Amino acid sequence: MALSLAAARVRAAALTLPLVAFIGVTFLAPLGLMLARSVHEPLVADSLPDTLAMLNNWDGVALPSEDVFEVLGRELLSLHQQRSLGGVATRVNRLESGMRSAVVRTARQLRDADPGSWREAMIAAAPIWNEPKAWRAIQRAGERYTLRHFLHALDLERDTAGNVVAQPPDQRIYLSLLGRTLMVSVVITVICLILGYPVAYLIANSPPSRSNLLLLLVLVPFWTSLLVRTTSWIVLLQNQGVINDLLVAVGLTTEEGRIPMIYNMTGTLVAMTQILLPFMVLPLYAVMRTIAPSQMRAAAALGASFPQAFIRVYWPQTLPGIAAGSLLVFILSIGYYITPALVGGRTGQLISNLIAYHMQQSLNWGLAAALGAILLVCVVLLFLLFNRLVGVERMRFT
Amino acid sequence: MQSAPHVEFRGVSKTYDGRTMVVQDLDLRVQEGEFFTLLGPSGSGKTTCLMMLAGFEAPSSGEIRLSGRSVQHLPPRKRGIGVVFQNYALFPHMTVRRNLAFPLEVRGISAASRRQRIRQALEVVRLDGFEDRRPAELSGGQQQRVAIARALVFNPSLVLMDEPLGALDRRLREEMQFEIRRMQQDLGVTVVYVTHDQQEAMAMSSRVAVFHRGHIQQVAAPETLYEEPEREFVASFIGDNNMLRGHVRRAERDFCDVETPGGTVRAFPVHHCRPGDSSVLAIRPERVSLTKPGVYTNEFEAVVEDIMFIGDHLRLRLNLCGNPNFVVKVQNIIGHSAVLAGDRVRVGWSVMDCRALPDEEGAGGSALLTTRAAPLRSSPGDAAGVPGSDRAAVPPSTQAV
Repeated sequence: MALSLAAARVRAAALTLPLVAFIGVTFLAPLGLMLARSVHEPLVADSLPDTLAMLNNWDGVALPSEDVFEVLGRELLSLHQQRSLGGVATRVNRLESGMRSAVVRTARQLRDADPGSWREAMIAAAPIWNEPKAWRAIQRAGERYTLRHFLHALDLERDTAGNVVAQPPDQRIYLSLLGRTLMVSVVITVICLILGYPVAYLIANSPPSRSNLLLLLVLVPFWTSLLVRTTSWIVLLQNQGVINDLLVAVGLTTEEGRIPMIYNMTGTLVAMTQILLPFMVLPLYAVMRTIAPSQMRAAAALGASFPQAFIRVYWPQTLPGIAAGSLLVFILSIGYYITPALVGGRTGQLISNLIAYHMQQSLNWGLAAALGAILLVCVVLLFLLFNRLVGVERMRFT
Repeated sequence: MQSAPHVEFRGVSKTYDGRTMVVQDLDLRVQEGEFFTLLGPSGSGKTTCLMMLAGFEAPSSGEIRLSGRSVQHLPPRKRGIGVVFQNYALFPHMTVRRNLAFPLEVRGISAASRRQRIRQALEVVRLDGFEDRRPAELSGGQQQRVAIARALVFNPSLVLMDEPLGALDRRLREEMQFEIRRMQQDLGVTVVYVTHDQQEAMAMSSRVAVFHRGHIQQVAAPETLYEEPEREFVASFIGDNNMLRGHVRRAERDFCDVETPGGTVRAFPVHHCRPGDSSVLAIRPERVSLTKPGVYTNEFEAVVEDIMFIGDHLRLRLNLCGNPNFVVKVQNIIGHSAVLAGDRVRVGWSVMDCRALPDEEGAGGSALLTTRAAPLRSSPGDAAGVPGSDRAAVPPSTQAV
């Protein structure tokens, strides 16, 4: 009996295997690989093994010996012939600007003429080889496992002595951007709550035919392409857009005084709030639907005014929905990418836009992965906090 | 001069859609200290009346008075009425203590006084020691007691109860019936109680108003309702009754002869009637006896179609005077169990046990007659109609019991 039950349970669990496999292949594995990239960068180490081995004994202050120059020169040359010098040059350049051209030029000129002295030939090709910082950059870029992406993502770096210090002020961007992203997410969550709560209340307390219609209206945005909705905000909000034209026509503002409502933070806030609102309304509605109308009636019969009844009886019972909706909206907005990219302009960008930039433009995947990992940690911390405050099992999402 | 009744409905009507009257032109008076029950099947308008009394619904016309004062413009929170809801409506996020404190806090009663009143209220419902539990940690019966304690804790003089025992199982229900009755008598409060369970209404009430299709059929003490129903609906709704339909042939002051498909029956005319009127006769199964010829005014012979052994009595089903489900209840005394299905028996009943009522449901195809036509299975307690909410404003025509 117990055996057959266990067998049935195993069979039932087996039915979820395709999904488990799917998630493993399309979600967990890429996520793990991406996170690994934030600390694991083997390209330079694999490309310049001999140079790095020799630099192990280097004191880091004086210039390396002629042997080291020769080994590096030969390795660069062979990388150039295999046409795989670019990746190495880019990575070294991230640690010391100017290194890309130095590496590429050196390799090209070494190929042209077999030098008598490697050292002189290389310094002639790129004077930077005369400075220890060029060698330190190669040494550091050769670390197979590194925390420098995380340090970079937190606006930190290592100085020449290897201590962790803050980056120069003009290069600190990530922490303030992360702070701004968290701020924006909080603001969007609060606005969604303020706008969504009455709507959910209305839907939950309407007769079925009307509440179905209202629910449909809440869901309509889901059927419309995100891009269409975002671009329609552009139509509405841009300088020559519908709202500004209207304000000018009514006389509330002048032709010169058109209000910039898009390609800035306002645009990001407005568009994201509109897009994320259903994620707040639906969990709220799900909770409110379970609160019997007799609750408010009972409160009234017991002598409570509507505000009293609402604050002491209704609101506390909707907390699981508020928590679920807020968590959903917050987590979605903290990682939101497409809308800020389209309507955020320069000031309305969020951390995900920078992650995308490093993924697609600068190709610094290690940094992108580190930023993503920090974002993930933020979300997990938030989730744990909510779990402590509300209890995940009490949250109601649908 | 008599003092004003505690609760008074004057010509109250209620309609939700402007066409269907849920309650129609209703007059009702409840005296101080009464246990007054609104009894009726689903959709008969009784809960609507309760909701209007509590202030959650407004009458479409007419007036409701509390102790002589119109409460037309008084919101629920200012009526000072204790309400016990069908599903208890306890606040799930509060402990028992907080639930009971709620009505006291919103009234600004001091903490010391609150503690004392909560303790007293919990003593009344015998739940002392449960202060720190949440509703979800209580059984159905305990939740019921908390709901009652909460409705009593602010000392209202009037308490409304909307099918408060509907969710409890049978044994607990009977126990709570006694409890509620005891509390009502101890505290001397007026209770207006809504139920569809006629047995519950009979057991608890000092008076009962029987509702049917938005009208009150009869208001009387439970014994009177059982012994002297004045309307066909009351006769069929309260306890079991055999209904025989026919036409009045002869009408005198204290008896009338009614011609049924199976012969002429002499009956007691509840209302004045004239020859030719269509009439329905109500005869309680326990008032029909197996008899020798010449004992009763009304005697008939019939074949026993079916016998059901209940325990303390037997139920015989006969096809008699046009009613194919005529039931005779025979006490289980030695010797009486000799009757077998298929036997031909002679039954009889006296004139006073056979009440002639106006035929309101129409002869033949009435839904009422057909539902009542199979009382064999049902105990009197179950005969009260289908349990369920009667909040919905359903036209009476689709709601016939």
